[in-house]
Amino acid sequence: MSAEDTHGSSVEVAARVERRWTAIAVIIIVAMALLAAFAGIHQATMPQPRVETTDPSRLHLSGEFVESNLGSMLEANGNVTVRAIGQQYSFTPACIVVPVDTPITLRATSADVVHGILIQGTNVNTMLVPGYISEQLMRFTRTGDYLMPCQEFCSFGHEGMWGKVKVVDKTNFANRAKAGGRLSCVGQ
Amino acid sequence: MLVNRKLILAHFWLAFGVFGVALTLGAWQMFIRSPIGTWLSNPELYYRSLTAHGTVMGYVFPTLVAMGFGYAIAESALEQRLVGVRWAWTGFWLIVVGSVMAVIPIALGRASVLYTFYPPLIGNLFYYLGVVLVVVGSWIWVALMSINLRVWRKAHPGAPVPLAMFANVAGSYLWAWTAVGAALELLLQIIPVAAGLKNTIDAGLARIFFSWTLHAIVYFWLMPTYIAYYTIVPRAIGGRVYSDAMARISFILFLVVAMPIGMHHTFADPQVGAGFKFIHSAFTALVALPTLLTVFTICASVEIAARLRGGRGMFGWIRALPWDNPMMLALAFSFVMLGFGGAGGLINMSYQLDTTIHNTQWITGHFHLIFGGAIVIMYFAIAYDLWPHLTGRELVDIRLIRTQLWLWFIGMIVTTFPWHWVGILGMPRRMAYFDFSDPAIAPQALSVTFSVIGGFILLASGIMFIIILARGMRAPQADAGAYRFALAVHQPTTVPVALNTHALWVALMIALTITNYGYPILNLATAAGTSVPAVYVGAQ
Ligand code: HEM
Ligand SMILES: [Cu+2]
Ligand SMILES: [Cu+2]
Repeated sequence: MSAEDTHGSSVEVAARVERRWTAIAVIIIVAMALLAAFAGIHQATMPQPRVETTDPSRLHLSGEFVESNLGSMLEANGNVTVRAIGQQYSFTPACIVVPVDTPITLRATSADVVHGILIQGTNVNTMLVPGYISEQLMRFTRTGDYLMPCQEFCSFGHEGMWGKVKVVDKTNFANRAKAGGRLSCVGQ
Repeated sequence: MLVNRKLILAHFWLAFGVFGVALTLGAWQMFIRSPIGTWLSNPELYYRSLTAHGTVMGYVFPTLVAMGFGYAIAESALEQRLVGVRWAWTGFWLIVVGSVMAVIPIALGRASVLYTFYPPLIGNLFYYLGVVLVVVGSWIWVALMSINLRVWRKAHPGAPVPLAMFANVAGSYLWAWTAVGAALELLLQIIPVAAGLKNTIDAGLARIFFSWTLHAIVYFWLMPTYIAYYTIVPRAIGGRVYSDAMARISFILFLVVAMPIGMHHTFADPQVGAGFKFIHSAFTALVALPTLLTVFTICASVEIAARLRGGRGMFGWIRALPWDNPMMLALAFSFVMLGFGGAGGLINMSYQLDTTIHNTQWITGHFHLIFGGAIVIMYFAIAYDLWPHLTGRELVDIRLIRTQLWLWFIGMIVTTFPWHWVGILGMPRRMAYFDFSDPAIAPQALSVTFSVIGGFILLASGIMFIIILARGMRAPQADAGAYRFALAVHQPTTVPVALNTHALWVALMIALTITNYGYPILNLATAAGTSVPAVYVGAQ
C-alpha cells in the first residue's frame, strides 16, 4: 500500500467516525425533544396557555383581586381556587390554606414590581409580573406547612418576603369553608 | 504578528482588574448571607454588591476578554496589522467611562436593580447610560473585526479564512445582534422612564426584550473558550484539530440557533402563551448540538496529541497526555465542569423540570459552574498562553499556574455542588439574608457553609492568577516568537463558500429571531393597558 492510500483511507475513517458521532448527537437531541413533547402533552404539564392582563394600580378598587376576594375558595365542583397578590414585601394572604389531594388553581398577580411565588418542596413556581395574571394548577399530596418565598428580587426588602402555605385535610378545609367567604390562615 | 500589544494588554488588564474586584464582592456575598456571617445590619448593601458583581461579571469582564482576544486573533491569525487602531482605543475608553458611570450610582445605592434590571423597578439614569456605553464600545469592536476580515479577504481572494478568525467574527456578530434585545429595552423602555420623561412601563415586554439578550449572551461569553478549545489547545499540547470543517459548522450553529431560544428564560412568566414557550424549548434542544460536536472534535484532537506522544490502547492514551501542561489541565477541568453544567442545563431547558428550580439557588449554582467554571478557566488559559507574546517576557511560575488552575477547579466544585443542592431544596436566589434558625431553612445551613469555603478558595485562586500575570510583566525578557494557532489534521486549502463566509448565517440568525420573537413582541407592544407605574429605587 502506498502512502497515498493510507492517507486516503484514514481520511475516510475519520469522516465516518465523525458522521456517526453527529448522528448520535442528533438522536440524543430528537429523543429529548420528543420526551419533552410527550410529557407536555400527555401529562398536561404545560405552562400557562393564555395571557391575561390586569391593571395593578386598580387591583384594590375592583375586579378579581380586590382584598375581599383574596384567599382560597371552594368551587361548586369541589376544586379550589386561590387568589393572591404580591407587593413589596409581602403576599396577601400571607398564609394560604388549601386542602390536600384536591385540584387547585392558583391565580395571582403583582401590585407593584416583579415578584415570584415559589412553594418549597413542590414544583409550584411562577413569576408575578405587574399587569399580567399568572395562573398555575397545583395539587398537594401531603398535609403540613410549606414556605412560600418570593423568588425574584423586588428591591431592598426582598429577603423578608416569605409567605406560608398550610395544607390541611379535606374535612378540615370543608369545615372552614362552611362559613363562606375567602379562606386564609393569616394569624393562625 | 502581534503589533498592538498595548491595546490587547489594556483590555486584558482592565478585564482582570474588574474581575478581581467583582470576585471579592462575590466571596463577600457568599459569606455574608451564610450562617457564619449574620452581622449584616443593612441588607441594602448586599444588593449594591450584587448589582456590581453581576454587572461586572456579566457584561464588563467577558466583553473585555472577548475584545482583547479578538484583537489578538485579528493580528496573529490574519498576519496583518490591525486596521482601525484609533477606533479600538475609542471603544476601550467608552467601556472605561461607561463602567465608571455605572458604578457610581451602584455604590451610592441608587441603582440596585441587579444586572437583569427588571422593570418596573427603575434605578438611576446613569447606571443604564453606563451599560449602554459599554455595549456601544463593544460594537466598535464588532465593526473592527468585520472590517479587518474584509481587508484580509481583499488581499487573499478565495483563501480559507483562518479558523480562529472565522469563529471570532461569528462570535462578534452573535454579540452585535443579541445585544439588540437589551438595547431596545433600555432605549425604548427604561431610559425614558429613568430620565423622567415617562412614568409607566410594560414590564412583560421588557422581560421578553431582555430574554432576547439573555440566552445568546451566554454563547458570547463562551466564544473565547470555544475558540481556545479548537485553535489553541491542540497546538499547546502538540496535537492537531481533528476536523476544520466540523469546527466551522459548530460555530455557524452557535450563530444560528443561540438566538431564537431566549424565551426559555420566561417559562414561568405570564406574558407569553404556551405555544411560543414550546417552540423556544424545542429550539433550545438544538443548541446542544454544536456543544456535542465540539466535545467530540476536541476529544479526538486531544487523542491525536496523545498518540503522537506514543499513547496506546483504547483509553491508555489518556496517560500519555502532557498533564503538567497548564493548557491540558485547564481543558480537562473545563470539560469536567462543562459536563456537569451541561447536565444541569438539560434540566433547566425542559419546562417541566424547570418549575422545581426556576429562580432558586440552583440557577446561580448552575451558571457559576458553567460560566465562572468551564468558561472562565479557559480565559485564564488564554491569558497564560498569550502573555509571553504580549509582554515579551516568559511566564516562569508554571507550578504556581498549575496550583492556581487546580484551586479554581476545586473551589468551583466545592462552591457550586452544594449551591445546586440548596436550590433543589427550594432556597430562593438574590436574598441578602436567610433565617437559618427557622426549622424549615436550617437543613440548608451546612450546604451554604460549604459554598462559603469554596468561595474563599476561588478568591485565593483569583488573587494568584493576578499575581502570576503581574509577575509576568517583570520577568526576564524572552522572545516567544510568532503567536500561532493549531493546525488541522487536514489543513484546508479550499473551503466551501458557506463555511468561509458569514452572510448567509447572519441572515438566517436574523430571520429566525424574527419568526420566534416577532409575533410575541408585536403582540405585547400593541396590547393596550399593559404599562404599569414605575417604581424608583431609593425613592421609598
Ligand atoms: C469567589 C467566587 C464567586 C462567588 C463566591 C460568587 C458568589 C455569588 C453570589 C453569592 C451571587 C448572588 C447569588 C444570589 O444572591 O442569588 C452571585 C451572583 C452572580 N455571579 Fe458570582 N460569585 C463568584 C464568582 C463569579 C464569577 C467568576 C462569575 C462569572 C464570571 C460570576 C458571575 C455572577 C453573576 C452573573 C451573578 C448574577 C448576579 C445576579 O443574580 O444579579 N460570579 N455570585
Ligand atoms: Cu417580592
Ligand atoms: Cu438561556
